[in-house]
Amino acid sequence: MCDTCGCSPEGGAVLRKPGEDGYHVHIGDEAGHHHHHEHDHGHDQGHHHDHGPARKVEVEQDVLLKNNLLAERNRGWFEARKVLALNFLSSPGSGKTTILEKTVPMLSGGWPVAVVEGDQQTTNDADRIHALGVPVIQVNTGTGCHLDALMVQRAVRELDLKERSLLCIENVGNLVCPAMFDLGEAARVVVISTTEGEDKPLKYPTMFHHADLVLLNKTDLLPYLDFDVQKCREYAMQVNHHLEWIEVSAKTGEGMERWKAWLTSKLERL
Amino acid sequence: MHEMSIAMSIVDAVADRARQEGCSRVTGVDLVVGRLSGVEAESLRFCFEAAARNTPVEGAELLIEEREPSGTCDACGAHFPVAGYHASCPACGLFRVRIVSGEELAVKSITIE
Repeated sequence: MCDTCGCSPEGGAVLRKPGEDGYHVHIGDEAGHHHHHEHDHGHDQGHHHDHGPARKVEVEQDVLLKNNLLAERNRGWFEARKVLALNFLSSPGSGKTTILEKTVPMLSGGWPVAVVEGDQQTTNDADRIHALGVPVIQVNTGTGCHLDALMVQRAVRELDLKERSLLCIENVGNLVCPAMFDLGEAARVVVISTTEGEDKPLKYPTMFHHADLVLLNKTDLLPYLDFDVQKCREYAMQVNHHLEWIEVSAKTGEGMERWKAWLTSKLERL
Repeated sequence: MHEMSIAMSIVDAVADRARQEGCSRVTGVDLVVGRLSGVEAESLRFCFEAAARNTPVEGAELLIEEREPSGTCDACGAHFPVAGYHASCPACGLFRVRIVSGEELAVKSITIE
């Protein structure tokens, strides 16, 4: 149940804005997931369906077609506005939000940045980004384990995206489900941290297979850990030999120049 | 648990198609699920039943054809079956494998009346 208006979104996602308690927009309804009223009403009104003989119809349709079409619309919209949209993916706690907190000031003066935050609950991450003074919107997925193209479409409608800007979409912390859902992003950035196992790419290959860049975060902790950077990189490249790789510490700033260079090279090509 | 939203997408797509065909009831759904599609067939079966409730797809029989994945080596061109994304080429040993099948997730056909 929605804790703002008391309605039941049946698991649908909700948009929230930091500092605006009254603001919330339900997304789920437009997906049309569980709305088949025509049929139900028909029965209620005593309408009699005349079921013909059974027949088989070839469909040959991708199950994710609806999401993929919407993602392509988002992609076209981003391209037309010259917005670089990046989808940030990782397990919870790898430092996605901290990386974004450090990235925003790094680009200030050069490119405007806006952020979409995805979490099941709370506006905690959006609050942290809001404190930096950049446009941010929180998508609360409720019970949902990933963002989808519709949520992103609705969220960016609420943001005043500038031309030639960066849009960071921080997905729900999860290395499984978000891999399947195209949001219309230009690139996928997977963050792993040195406090995780170096075999993450082998355990969650789908995520790494569909990624464009890996940011290995928390390199400042390496002296205290047994994390084998070379092995982790090797595993990741074995799963996806087109993968790019940058090592950073969002906390100390180590390696963040390379990340900035990666971003600006993409932004300059918009 | 993304299988629930996948199941809901299937029910949506199938119900739409049935309506287009002028039919109000779907009794069978044939799916193709590659082993690298990211969807667990068993989990999907479970979710499908729940997602179909109170829709024209309620009670439809779900048939899942699972497809084994295969890849092509970008280095030497060999084609071979693979167990997953972490795959090396059996001919040259390099990890430069491009997945060419096994990622399918599609509704093949439906039975309507």
